[in-house]
Formats: sequence, structure tokens, C-alpha cells
Amino acid sequence: MSTKLTQPAAARAVPGSSADWTVPAGWTRRHLLDLESLSAEELTIALDTAARFKLATADCSRKLPLLVGRTVANLFFENSTRTRTSFSLAARRLGADTVDFSSSGSSLSKGETVIDTAKNIEAMGVHCVIVRHRTPGTAQLLAHNLNAAVINAGDGAHEHPTQGLLDILSIRQRRGRIDGLTVALVGDIAHSRTARSNIWGLKKLGAHVIVCGPSTLVSRHWEQLGVEVAYDLDTILPRCDVLNLLRIQFERQSMRPFPSVREYALLYAMNSERMAKAKDDILIMAPGPINRGVEITPDVADGPHSVILEQVTNGLAVRMAILWLLLGQCA
Amino acid sequence: MMPELLIANGRVIDPSQKMDRLTNVLIDNGKIAAYDVPLNGQPVEVIDATGKIVAPGLIDMHVHLREPGREEDETIATGTAAALAGGFTSIACIPNTEPPIDTQASVEFIQHQAARADNCNVYVVACVSKNREGKELAELGQLFQAGAVAVSDDGAPVFNAELMRRAFEYCLMFDKPILNHAEVRELTEGGVMHEGLVSLILGLPGMPAEAEDVMTGRDMALAAATGGRIHIMHVSSAGSVDIIRRARSRGVRVTTEVCPHHFTLTDECLRSFDSNFKMSPPLRSQKHVEACIAGLVDGTIEVICSDHAPHALEKKMRELDEAPFGIVGVETSLGLVVTRLIEPGILDWPTALAKMTTNPARILGISKGTLKIGADADLTIIDPKARWKVDPKRFRSKSKNTPFTGWELTGRVAATIVGGRTKYQAS
Repeated sequence: MSTKLTQPAAARAVPGSSADWTVPAGWTRRHLLDLESLSAEELTIALDTAARFKLATADCSRKLPLLVGRTVANLFFENSTRTRTSFSLAARRLGADTVDFSSSGSSLSKGETVIDTAKNIEAMGVHCVIVRHRTPGTAQLLAHNLNAAVINAGDGAHEHPTQGLLDILSIRQRRGRIDGLTVALVGDIAHSRTARSNIWGLKKLGAHVIVCGPSTLVSRHWEQLGVEVAYDLDTILPRCDVLNLLRIQFERQSMRPFPSVREYALLYAMNSERMAKAKDDILIMAPGPINRGVEITPDVADGPHSVILEQVTNGLAVRMAILWLLLGQCA
Repeated sequence: MMPELLIANGRVIDPSQKMDRLTNVLIDNGKIAAYDVPLNGQPVEVIDATGKIVAPGLIDMHVHLREPGREEDETIATGTAAALAGGFTSIACIPNTEPPIDTQASVEFIQHQAARADNCNVYVVACVSKNREGKELAELGQLFQAGAVAVSDDGAPVFNAELMRRAFEYCLMFDKPILNHAEVRELTEGGVMHEGLVSLILGLPGMPAEAEDVMTGRDMALAAATGGRIHIMHVSSAGSVDIIRRARSRGVRVTTEVCPHHFTLTDECLRSFDSNFKMSPPLRSQKHVEACIAGLVDGTIEVICSDHAPHALEKKMRELDEAPFGIVGVETSLGLVVTRLIEPGILDWPTALAKMTTNPARILGISKGTLKIGADADLTIIDPKARWKVDPKRFRSKSKNTPFTGWELTGRVAATIVGGRTKYQAS
């Protein structure tokens, strides 16, 4: 894989490493709030950088001390296991200090606003705030109000840009390209930030995107984003190079959008019968956490087409890349 | 005796007498006394209105004064001062206060506070139901006796169709209108913005236009069946404009109003995630904005009001779902009407002014909105060409929650005269 990293004369050398690490000239962003506003070039820089970090830290034992002296704060106002852990590990592998904040036991219960909470954490000398919140726009709200770099780790049903990047990286590493592939996002599209980030990223890189799920969760309006809307998984399955199986987000639904989980599984669960109709080299992805038996059966989740755990590994590389792209200039 | 006041050389536009000409207006003892009075050195105070428009005092029939109960957002004194600065000589205040205005005593409290503030005239809209709960009728007869000009459970629309039917029937005795905020709550639960392509992209819970249309349709049917008077508040959807237009052509006693933000802004504004673009009904898509403008042009929408909804800064500095709905409006209404409707040639001055004077006065049954001889001398003098920049720091309202910060507007109040007394003059 070719990287687009330039190596100007003044490149900083990392102690113990012969490689030069200089933030590419094409990257000028201070925050990562969404993929909608990123250009194909910026997406490619992020993916190339992530691929480079993945190689450089392949043996897991090595740290790349590119962000020594920087402090990264995880501000998670919603539950998360893998994303928070992934960001923490990514920051530490780059030599940064991390601090974790979760809404339980915080001052939020005392009526403090999210802006005040974030400003207080920033006042402790934090350079980057990673925020997850149930409300769309909260990352943007913090970006307006803080001097620190802000990374959106999921704002309601809006976007989850690092998830989008890691999904796309996982496809690119397996297929060598995104352009021309057919990728279906299956499930609760309406409430999925992963779906939105995937759609923006994949479309810009040339993929054909299908959104598929119950009509109460996949409205015809999605066609206006240039994606194909489908309700019958079995019909589209033979055309798909990648299936990304999204979790049903019961916690974001005011009224259950389908009659029963059983009926949903009947119509949309990826199981071995459906696998038989798919292309031989289909990739099965899921952003997790997965509900075994609802959107995916165990034989498929753990089968040879599944790249679910690779996604998690790539997530670490993507988050290292983003942290470094945002903080590396002034390190 | 109040000294005589002569407003000289202005273009007097009074839709109530189809007047639009250059003339002098003499005010005597708080009333309109005469026209065409020559300037001949009599001992009168003269306001030179050369190049200005002299209109009946503007009326905003949808203002939230917040007092009693939410004085951190606005008080009757600050809200009426803001109204004067916006050119309004009369406002009607909406009863979603804490406690709500559902008793004679609370109507009189507002009247007393307004008299103490001594700014503009304040007309009270009282509740339809006790405590705005939509369960049983408030004592409407006593509310009207106390001076309420209309009733509304604004914000908590009367969802019970039987209660609404009874309210229509009961109000017939008093010939008073019911002002309803048309919104079927089940369809907007948790919503923060108009449901459409933008809400889909932003992942924000939507409030579909149909939530407005369904209740507007219900109210038309009930008003038709009872002969009652319905005024649909802050119409914002193409469907509702159409439903109202057709109902009126069938003889339903329906009137409606629109707010400047609903003919000016679209749901695209929410891309900023700025809570100053969060209001109810929400900013809708271009199609709906165009329908509102068409309704203004063909007369379906007879009133322009602000839905002035002040909220203290700390309440709006929240995540979008936590921030309350609404924006301040009395100090930007006129500028937006001139800039967005009159300057582009959508409405002419007399038509636009009728929607802010004569028409709301007729709907509320108040003897305002006219410059006929003998009428109360409530006048607004407007500089139609003045360019100004919206600066919330200069608002007289206690709250600054406007989406129009930094906007360049044309058309500004030069002076606001209430009962013959100059209450506001632009500096």
C-alpha cells in the first residue's frame, strides 16, 4: 500500500524509529466531528495513516512515542466498552496520558451542563477531548466551546466517524479498494450513527451503498443521499461484496418499529442459509456489540467470512491515526 | 390635558381606512384628532416624519412574557419594553406561565403588572382548560369578564377533541376565538426539528409536518360543526396552509398567523446544531416556507406575529434535546417583514401592515389597529430604508436567544407612540 506521507527536510525523527512522522500537508483539521465534511483526499490520508500505524505497531509490544506530553480525555456520556478502550489504548500507544470521565458519578447529576463539564476537564490541561453523547451535535457544541481538539466518538444517531473509518479500512485491507464495491448496511439504519458515517465515507470513495432493513427503520428519504434502499435482504444479497450488520438500537426507539425480534430475525438475520446465496468472497462485518441470534447467527459471526474482530484491531489503528493527525502537528 | 402632537410629512398607511398618502396627523388628548393639519407654528410638539411611514401601532398577538413564574427569561416590564423597541404598541400574551393564566385573579395580575410597567398595551390570552391540562374547561366566562381577549392552551394543544368541541360551543356565547397550537403530540414525541432529509442526515428526532396538519384538520372539522372561531397559531406547514385555505372557502370561521422565522429560515439551519434554531413548530423545508409565503400573498394567512419566546442563556446553552423550544422575536419582526416580504416585492406595505395591525385587532376584537379620527393614538413610525444589524446585546428583552444575530435588516422603528405618548424613539 502506498502512503501519501511527504517527508520534508524538517521532519521529526522518532527516537528508536527510523521512520519519519510528519502530519501530511493535506490534513488541516483540528477536530474530527463527522465524515460528511471530509473530502475523499482527507479520508484517504486518514486510512493510509491508520494502515501505517497498524504496520508500525503490528507486534503490539512497541509504543510509538509521538504524543508524549499530550493528554487525551475520554468524555463518555453514554455506555461504551470497545470504543472507549480502543481510544485509551490508542492514546497510550502513542505515549499520551489519558483520563477517563463517565457520566455516572460525575457532576452531571448535579445539573452541570455538558459544556461546563468539558471546560473543567480541559482546564486540567487536556489537549484532546473524545466525546460520546446521546445527542446529535454535542461534539460540535464542544468544538465551538473548547480550545482542545474534539473527536466525536458517537453523537446520538448522527455520526461515529472513527467507526466509519475502521469499517472502510477493514474493507480496503481485504479488497485493496473501495471503488466499485457494493456494500450493504443492514438493520436499524434510522438510529445508526455507524450507518451515516459509513454512507458518507463509502460514497466518497466510490462504493455503491445499499441500506436494507424494515421500512420503519429505512425510509425512502435515504435515496436522496445517493444510496439504494432495499427491504428484501435475499434479493440484494447475491450482489453484495460486503454486509455490515447493524445492531437494533432498542434504547433509541420510542415505539418498537417492528412487531417482534423473532420476526426481525426471520427477515434480516444473517445465517448459514442466507450465506449460501451470497458471493463466495463476501465480507461479513458488524460494528458491535452484536446480538447473536438477532442480526447474526453464531456460525456466521465466527465463520470464515467474518471480519468482526479485524474491525476491532483496525479500530485501534484508526484511532491512533486520528489522534496523531489532530495532535501531531504541535507535539 | 396632554399637549397636542403633530406628526408631519409622513406617508400615512392605515389599512383600516385604505389610506396611503402623505399627510400630517394631529393627535390630541391621546386620540387621533385630524388629518391635513397645516404646519403653521401652533404651540404643538412636532415629529418630522419626512421619508417615514406612519402606521397604526403594530400589534403582536403572540408573545410570551413569562411572568409569572419564569422571570429569569422575561418579565412583563422587560417584554413590553422590548415590544416598544420593536414598534409594537399592543401585544397579546400567551398563558403558558407558571402558574398558567386560568383564573380571573391571574388575568388581573398581568393587567396590573402591565399598567405598572406602563410600556405598551397588553391583552391577555387566558387558558382554555384549567391548569392547561386539557381535562376540563377553565372558567371561561369569568376570564372573558376579566378582560381576556381569547383563550389558548398554547404549547399544550387541546388534545381531547371532545373538550375542544365543548370549548368551541361555549366560546360562541362570548364570540371569542380559540387560539390553538396545532400539534399531535404522539407524532412529535422526543422531536427537536422538522422531520425530513436534514433530520435524517443529522440523526435528530423529527417532528413531521403531519403532526401539525392532523390537528389543524381536526380543528377545522370541529369549528365547522360548532360554528366556533378557530385561530391556528404559528402555521408552518404547507398542508396546514392548504387545509385552512379550503376550510375558509367553505365558510369555516378560521384565521391564522405566521412567524417571521417560518417564512425566512429552513431546517437546513439545524446543521449548525445551534439551539437558537430550535423552535416549535420547527423550521421546515423550503417547500413549506414557500407555502407560508403563498398563504401570506393570497390572504389565507392574515396575521404576522413573533411567537416571542424568551429563554435565559443557560437554558439554550445545552445539548439540542435539552434546550427549550423558541426564540425571541418582537425586536426583529418588523425588520424581517420589510427585508423578506416587502423589499423583494412579495407584499406591499399596506398588505403587510394590515397583517400586523388591522387584522390582529379584528381577530382579538380590540379597538386598535386603526388611525381613524377618534381612535386611540397608537402609532408606529417606521424608517423603511434604515439598514441595521441585529445585535442581541442591544435587545431590551431579558433574553437574547435569536437566530438572527449579525443579520443585516432593512426597515426599523423610528418611534413608537402609545396613547399619544412617545414611548420609544430610535437613537
